[in-house]
Parts: sequence; structure tokens; C-alpha cells
Amino acid sequence: MKLSHYLFLVLTLTLSFSVLAQNAPVQEPMVFETQQQEDRFNQLTQELRCLVCQNQNLADSDAQLAHDLRAEVHEMLLAGKSDDEIKTFMVERYGDFVLYRPPVQVNTYLLWLAPLVLLLIGALILRVNIKKRTSLLESPPNEESQN
Amino acid sequence: MSRLFPLLGFLLLVVLLVVGLKIADRKTNLPSPLIDKPVPAFDLPVLASPGQTMSRESLLGKPYLVNFWGSWCVTCRAEHPVVTELARLNAVYIVGMNFRDESSDAIAWLRKWGDPYDVSLVDFDGRVSIDFGVYAAPETFLVDPSGTIVFKHLGQLTWDVVETEILPRVAKMESGS
Repeated sequence: MKLSHYLFLVLTLTLSFSVLAQNAPVQEPMVFETQQQEDRFNQLTQELRCLVCQNQNLADSDAQLAHDLRAEVHEMLLAGKSDDEIKTFMVERYGDFVLYRPPVQVNTYLLWLAPLVLLLIGALILRVNIKKRTSLLESPPNEESQN
Repeated sequence: MSRLFPLLGFLLLVVLLVVGLKIADRKTNLPSPLIDKPVPAFDLPVLASPGQTMSRESLLGKPYLVNFWGSWCVTCRAEHPVVTELARLNAVYIVGMNFRDESSDAIAWLRKWGDPYDVSLVDFDGRVSIDFGVYAAPETFLVDPSGTIVFKHLGQLTWDVVETEILPRVAKMESGS
């Protein structure tokens, strides 16, 4: 190969590595027994909040706590714990806030139902307005025909 | 009447904004699910003599404070005078939880600034801190004589917190038992 070929190869590799690095920024290598375990790990760490940097999940965060909690999730997965058991473990320690998807319970009814209520209010206003306008539309043609 | 709707909507938004601003600084201070729960189990080496360990069972029977700290933690240095002042009162037993730290650094830190703790325990890998739901440092827990967590403070301990939250609770425990 010519020198330029080597150069091309090196540059291509460098570029591809930097792309790879962007995709997996903070994950330490973790060994799983099955693909299913790995999928569950990825799912869980995306749904659990890193409490130090509260707008990141465990998968994205590079905080020490996130490292430790990822290790904890990994260990529990290998020990055969279910997703619910792992989430319960986190909630018992850090509260519901650790879940990115809040559970439906008494103090979150407002949160879950508010969109529906707002939608209903919107539909009601729309209905009233449409009725008003149709009644306005109905009368003028009559007047015109009389004139 | 219908002209009032936009105004009402606007007023509602103003109310939401005011409420939001009021609770903004409390958003990071999450309620601990551990309040009124038993202290998580631990059995940790004592910093001063690593051969010896101390468990939660051996602390039963008296109120005590668990203060999570590390020599790497800047805020712990900032709250150190308050912990020292509290220790001087001899009002409550204070357990220092040195977590995610090298023991040599911890010992040097205590030598440099003074050691306010009745005992310091080593939670090297932070396992116990996870069981306590610690996510920042420092964090302080007050435990009653039956081994139940009654109060938690997140972040730097201030004298105000000591006077209004910790000391009255300790006094109540002592008069109650």
C-alpha cells in the first residue's frame, strides 16, 4: 500500500472511533449472561433517574453515584432479580423521584389525569363555540333571502 | 362573562408561576422515603482501628446522628464547624460515615480540621450510603433509640437546622424514654 492509503485508513479509523465514542459515552464494560439481560439493563438504566444530575438517567450520567447504581442494577440482574424488584430497591432508598415514569397512585392522580381533564375542557369550549357560530351562520342567509 | 375567561386563565398562570418560584429551591431537597423506617443494616470497620467493626445493633438504645462525609467533599468542610459545635454540646452521639474515601485521606482530614465524631466508620465502596439513599454529601440522619430514622437533612448542616430540627427532637426522645 502507498503511504496515502495508510493515511486514509488511519483517518477513517480515527473518525469511526470518535463516532463510537459518542454513542457510548460513559458506560463501563459490563458482562451479561444473555442478550435479554443486557436489554433489560439498558431499559432499566434509561428509566431510572440519576439523583445527582436530576435531568439525566442512569444510562447517560457520568456521576459517581450513577456508576455505583449501574453496578448495583447489573448485580441484581445477574442475581436473577425481576425488573420490579430492582425498581422497588431504588424507590425504597431514593423515593418515587428515581423513576422517570411515575407510578399511578393517589398523589400522582392529578399528574396522570390532568391532560385528560384539560382535553375535556378544550373539547367543551370547542363545542360551545361551534354551536354559537353555527347559530350565527344559520340566521344571516334567512335575512338575505328575505331582503 | 366570556370576556373574563382570558383574564382568569392569565391569573391562573400567575398563581402557578408564584407557586413554582416558591418551591423552586426545595426541588432538589427530596423527601427521604426512609423517614420513620428502621436504619439500614450496616456492619462497618471503625476508621481509627480497622480491625474493629460497628453495627447498627450496637448503637441501639440511644439517639444518634449519622453524618455522611468524605475528605473529597467541599461542603463537608464547610459544615465541619457546625458539627464541631454540636459535638461540644454533648447532646447527641455522632457517627461519622466516611464514604467513598481513602482512610488515609480521611484520617489526615480529621487531624487537620479536628475530629467532631464520637466514632467514624468506613463505607469504602459506598454500599451503605446507597442503602441510606444518600445521593449527595454531606447528608445527616437522626436516629431514635429504637433505631428508627426520624429526620434527614440534605446538604450542609447549619446551626439553624441543629437548633430547630435536631436538638428539639433529641430532647423529646430523652424526655420520652
